[in-house]
Amino acid sequence: MNENPITNVLVVGVGGQGVILASNILCEVALRAGFDTKKSEVHGMSQRGGSVTSHVRFGEKVFSPLIPSGQADSLLAFEAAEALRYCHEVKDGGYLIVSTQKIIPPIASGRRGLKYPENPIEECKKVCAGHVIPIDAEKIALELGNPRLTNTILLGALSKNLKIDETVWRDTIAQMVPKKTIEVNLVAFERGRNSEIK
Amino acid sequence: MIEMNEKKVLLFGNEAIAQGAREAGVYFAAAYPGTPSTEILEVFATFPGIYAKWSPNEKVALEVGIGASLSGTRTLVCMKHVGVNVAMDPLMTFTYTGVNGGFVLVSADDPELHSSQNEQDNRILGKFAKIPTFDPSDSQDCLDFTKLGYDVSEKFNTPVLLRETTRIAHAKSLVKIGEWKEPVRGQFFKRDTSRFVMMPIFAKSRHTFVEARTLELQKFSNEWEGNQLELKDPEIGIITSGVAYQYIRELLPNASFLKVGLVWPFPDEKAKKLAAYCKRILVVEELEPFLEDEAKLIGIKCEGKKYFPREGELNLDKVALGLYEAGIKEIKPTIKRGTEVLPRPPVLCPGCPHRGVFMALSKLNADVFGDIGCYTLSALQPLESLHTCLCMGASIGNAVGVAITSTEPKHPPVAVLGDSTFLHSGVTGLMDMVYTQANMTLVILDNEITAMTGGQDHPSSGRDLMGNPAPKINLEKLVRSMGIEKVEIVDTYDFDEAFKQIKSAIEFPGPSVVIAHRPCALFPKKAKIKPYYVKEEPCTGCGLCLKIGCPALSASGKKTAKGLDIPVIDATVCTGCTLCVQVCKFDAIDPITIEEEVTV
Repeated sequence: MNENPITNVLVVGVGGQGVILASNILCEVALRAGFDTKKSEVHGMSQRGGSVTSHVRFGEKVFSPLIPSGQADSLLAFEAAEALRYCHEVKDGGYLIVSTQKIIPPIASGRRGLKYPENPIEECKKVCAGHVIPIDAEKIALELGNPRLTNTILLGALSKNLKIDETVWRDTIAQMVPKKTIEVNLVAFERGRNSEIK
Repeated sequence: MIEMNEKKVLLFGNEAIAQGAREAGVYFAAAYPGTPSTEILEVFATFPGIYAKWSPNEKVALEVGIGASLSGTRTLVCMKHVGVNVAMDPLMTFTYTGVNGGFVLVSADDPELHSSQNEQDNRILGKFAKIPTFDPSDSQDCLDFTKLGYDVSEKFNTPVLLRETTRIAHAKSLVKIGEWKEPVRGQFFKRDTSRFVMMPIFAKSRHTFVEARTLELQKFSNEWEGNQLELKDPEIGIITSGVAYQYIRELLPNASFLKVGLVWPFPDEKAKKLAAYCKRILVVEELEPFLEDEAKLIGIKCEGKKYFPREGELNLDKVALGLYEAGIKEIKPTIKRGTEVLPRPPVLCPGCPHRGVFMALSKLNADVFGDIGCYTLSALQPLESLHTCLCMGASIGNAVGVAITSTEPKHPPVAVLGDSTFLHSGVTGLMDMVYTQANMTLVILDNEITAMTGGQDHPSSGRDLMGNPAPKINLEKLVRSMGIEKVEIVDTYDFDEAFKQIKSAIEFPGPSVVIAHRPCALFPKKAKIKPYYVKEEPCTGCGLCLKIGCPALSASGKKTAKGLDIPVIDATVCTGCTLCVQVCKFDAIDPITIEEEVTV
């Protein structure tokens, strides 16, 4: 249908959650799989607890570093309300992989009338044109003994729908995480990859 | 597919510029940090055998860089777009003197104002200064144009401008990297009065030189293959540069193209060829109609800003919409709108030492003249206690102006700026404050670092970019030496005391200075003392702790008997600064006594 198919992955979350690291690993995986790869993100103000997005695109030849509106094949969301903010960007038949973690910003506190969504993941299901896959990555990470593993667990879940060989993922992760944590990261990746689709 | 036999790596535009400079044999680099330019120097500083430094501001960075070039050293100077405004004075005459060692100035523009106070298009400044101006479209261009920039600089005896934008600086794409060249370092400064003493008698002839140089550069622009002319579809020809090329190329792969790598001098002959070949010419570029104006000046009939917006960044959707409006694409692109979700603006970090100052200034209801830094965020909810922000250092001058002209001031004028911003361009403002004896207060937020750009050192931080210890300029001595008699040194973690001190400075008749001193909560190392928690029992849900705008505090979902929100503290981000403890009137916040095991 399209002579130059490009895979678009949007990674979103809150500053400090590891969005940038996850998109770096994804880029490296795409590159090793032999694809032309681009990514774009914004530093600066967004690091101070703000909403963070990273666009990753790969395919035979990629021009634009930004994903066009509503054309994300996958949206990887580190936080539930951020998933809701961007879930309309997922295309028909695409995937929203969303961590059930909620980070309530200070702006939603007090009596200003700004409210954190009641049930963001249920709302995502109404808005998102693709499949919504919630994952309690925090819980799995705690089971594995390290809250920082949420990152790899989410990448595991993402990997399932990206048609890149699993060994490329495993090799890349093994090279990009600290040596001491290779084993537990690979377990986390596996747990994410096999997490049940609800 | 990419060819795996080539050595290709994924690099940010900023990394590629540093690599290009190293491949060109650059020895010396100077900058003042500013998003989206900062990483260029941070990456360059990691290379062996070079010298890289932060300067107090962009004008000094450029002047030091000019000195390095005059000694014969290949030199790189980087800044964000508004930094070039600060450096314009030396730049406008450096173009007359020309270079000895090759010289590239990088301007990182910020369309869409991701982290800036305006979205000026510095291609215009390149033309204004009459220096060759490159506009890269991806990281490979960043490397290639930087490297070539040094040859152009030395061949034509001119400083060179490389203008990138956020989507180039902070986007990764594949780059073929090359070998490093031995850094080119000059031996000594060779005197040449007629070239380097820009008084009228000598400067006149240098202007003549600049005009002649422009003609030579014009020829180069038409010959250089980096100004790519691709004649394909005769129906439509596109003139484009920068990241805009990527969008239009993805949307119209078969159109004829003039991808302009050197935007000034504009490759006029190539543009005329395109116009002669194509029925219709569209100019697709971000921000100002720079290429469009250049094309129209040489009589090319073309359209650009009629269809593509002048404000903000472009993207595939905006360019597709422009193509639809121009009648080139038949289907109107639909832009999906998302669900309204509460905004998540950036906020002052947990444990940020600035927070207490703004809590105090809010309580004192001061007119706060703000500046550029993390603290500008205090203008927003919930602190809402900063009332102006213009440019680096403007806070002091603005407050002086208000203080000496207002006939019926409603609130005391207070200027607030960070230590790095104060050293950048606040010192001269302070002189004026003393000179005019303005009845106002200056608060210097001294966190010993340039925080907002990611923790860079400066002349009062005690370290340099190469990782060596450096002398620390003593801010208190500096301020006192200028003649300020009322100086208060405060620790904002002790709120009551800090409040009293700030109040006494504001009540002092005449100029006064507060130095709020405590290291940044993030840089150079993360503040972590002891986390706290909210006791549900004495908490009345009054919400005072939430008003300090700490991201560690939020509503827990639990309510008091009266139905008010009981807050909760996220122990993983709480630094234990105790500001919330100090504002709580019900003794409802305590330290966590049993240390929980947190694996890192």
